[in-house]
Amino acid sequence: MTMLEEAKEKWTGAINEVVIGATKAEGGTRAAGVTIGGDKSLPFMHYEAPIKNRPIVALEVWDREPDDWPQPLMEALGDAVKSPVAWAKKGIEEFGADLICLKLMSTHPDFGDATAKDAVQTVKAVLAATSAPLIIWGCEHDEKDNEVLPRCSEAAKGEKCLMGVVTEDNYKTLVASCIADGHSLIGLSPIDINIAKQINILVMEMGFPANRIVMYPTTGALGYGLEYCYSIQERGRVAALSGDKMMAMPVICMVGQEAWHAKEARAPKEEAPDWGDEKTRGLFWEIATAVALLEAGSDILVLRHPAAIKATKDTINKLMA
Amino acid sequence: MALKALDIFKLLPKTNCKKCGCPTCLAFAMKLAQKQASLDQCPDVTAESKAQLEGSAAPPIRLVTIGEGANKLEIGNETVMFRHDESFYHPPGIGVIIPDNLDEAALAAKIQAAAKLQFVRVGTAIRSDIVAVINASRQAEPFAKTVAAVQKLERPLVLMSTEPSHIAKALASCQGQKPLIHAATADTWEKYAALAKEKQCPLAVTEPDLDKLAALTEKIKSAGVADLILDVTSHSLSATLQALTAIRRLALKKNLRSLGYPCMAIGLGQTPAEQLAQCCAYIAKYAGIVLSSMDQPEHILPLLTLRQNLYTDPRKPIQVEPKLYPVGAVTNASPLLITTNFSLTYYTVEGEVEASRVPAYIGVVDTEGTSVLTAFAADKLTSEKVTAFLKSEAVKEKIAHHKVIIPGYVAVMSGALEEESGWEVMVGPREASGLPKYLKTVWKSG
Repeated sequence: MTMLEEAKEKWTGAINEVVIGATKAEGGTRAAGVTIGGDKSLPFMHYEAPIKNRPIVALEVWDREPDDWPQPLMEALGDAVKSPVAWAKKGIEEFGADLICLKLMSTHPDFGDATAKDAVQTVKAVLAATSAPLIIWGCEHDEKDNEVLPRCSEAAKGEKCLMGVVTEDNYKTLVASCIADGHSLIGLSPIDINIAKQINILVMEMGFPANRIVMYPTTGALGYGLEYCYSIQERGRVAALSGDKMMAMPVICMVGQEAWHAKEARAPKEEAPDWGDEKTRGLFWEIATAVALLEAGSDILVLRHPAAIKATKDTINKLMA
Repeated sequence: MALKALDIFKLLPKTNCKKCGCPTCLAFAMKLAQKQASLDQCPDVTAESKAQLEGSAAPPIRLVTIGEGANKLEIGNETVMFRHDESFYHPPGIGVIIPDNLDEAALAAKIQAAAKLQFVRVGTAIRSDIVAVINASRQAEPFAKTVAAVQKLERPLVLMSTEPSHIAKALASCQGQKPLIHAATADTWEKYAALAKEKQCPLAVTEPDLDKLAALTEKIKSAGVADLILDVTSHSLSATLQALTAIRRLALKKNLRSLGYPCMAIGLGQTPAEQLAQCCAYIAKYAGIVLSSMDQPEHILPLLTLRQNLYTDPRKPIQVEPKLYPVGAVTNASPLLITTNFSLTYYTVEGEVEASRVPAYIGVVDTEGTSVLTAFAADKLTSEKVTAFLKSEAVKEKIAHHKVIIPGYVAVMSGALEEESGWEVMVGPREASGLPKYLKTVWKSG
């Protein structure tokens, strides 16, 4: 027996496989669906078991122009941020993202209070602009999400989108919509394994299939709570591989959102002369956060900077080799 | 990993002579397993058995020291696969590789750049704490010269050359410093081992194939060098990462002595972004030394921060100092927000206050590193504590008004707090994410 065989851990469980996106033949209009999960090993440990699906990278796209994103990020994205359609198109065609994560920020009562009708229009336009799978993310205002997301779900019926987020206190409306329209769901559980399980149980009690749930344990940026998320994700992965079916859902991480919030990514040169090149700082903060969370076990990484998408995909390719 | 009583029993004389004070050898073995007896109590144990038993008491991953004095780097002696199982103990050395083919000005610039790789994060100094010189010139003279010049950094050194005689020459300027000699291979190990033994230096062994690596470390150990570091860098990130993980598992779970050493890996790659990604992967997964050619602060700060994050003891909540923190260009009329000293809570609040662009003070109350809800439930965030904080000298000195914003989750303490402190209590949002809006609207109009 070789050393690598000797080192093998015998896991009994596996991460669930979740498909995002449906082709014409499957009732949608996507060019192809993308499958995540399925791992029977620790992340990228090919010697333990063959790895079926690689983690995927989504571009975070807003339905309104962000007004407080740092300059280096805005420059890299260019004018596309003025329209979610152009932004999404560029994300797939130029930046090389596997899919789009559309955040309906403008529907939030504090950030424009756009109507469900506006949101439906955006969702339809983004679906028409690219043939990549779509994640639809509400504004995380319970009442507004319950008003907007069911309409978006209906408008995207059959596309097998990934929709979120549901929480312990607010899940029934969106679960019902996703059952009716064939979408998958993201459950939000702030760095807490028990809450994550609880949400999975609640959602499944409504008849929602386990293989359409993705967990969002919240994300901490490098230097801002990364270690909590890292360990929660590792614990979740070990539990799932050890046979805990309520932890077997794949994981999504909001890497860009958190990394670009860090002071190291935002501070202008005058404020942080010792931290080095302002243009690279935020980008590298995003890449480092992404790579660390890949190691902990992440299935979808949502990123913001085009170069972070490139570097992260490049790293995933190397890790899958 | 400790041996079981029966394994120990097999190594004892089995004479039941009672000289150790125990009625039988098996009883003595059981005491040894529970560490209630010492092997010295048995006068008849053979030298081989003694060596074997003493070896089993050693940690599964050897602690290896590079360098001497205050700046020495200690790596290895890790006990778990996952930080959530306990903690990681010896943070990896992170350093720059300096080639020996630079002209004088370029070398001076490189050394200066490396010297600047130190920062303060969360009140802790973090820095690049090792430096390597590589014999790119393939000549002895420039290598020795560069090694001598790099001494200025006062960091533990890694001497990298495929020619042991070049390392021997460079060691002349490293008296008493125990640099890491890099690296023995299957073909050259004898010369490297002899050098490491003579100079009492730790030795890196490079061989990406684990079976060959284990065989190699056995030979080197027999030649008298015990302080080894396993360099498993290959041209495949995937293979390197798997080797690092497998070595950790074999050492900890299978008690495999021949791989029971700390590891190292080098971030290769054409661009800094590629190198960064590789170094991050190696820091997360088990490398004891991570080297690359990156030497700019924006490249190294993320690596040092990642190391700091992952080597934080997860059993101890990290805390910020309980005091008054200004965020932005504050005045004595700026709002005052109360939160706890759990660092994740504090940094979340700080981030949102910063994002609001409303200059504000954050008043951090000592809740022993617990979050708002936990602290409140455990009586660690009370109206008495907040009152004491509001009456502190720091607050008197900096803040001219008497309005305090408390977290939405502890709204119920408003009445008691108003009464005790005499301050006007404003109830803020439950989640920090609501702060920008709160500060821009409620505070401004209040």
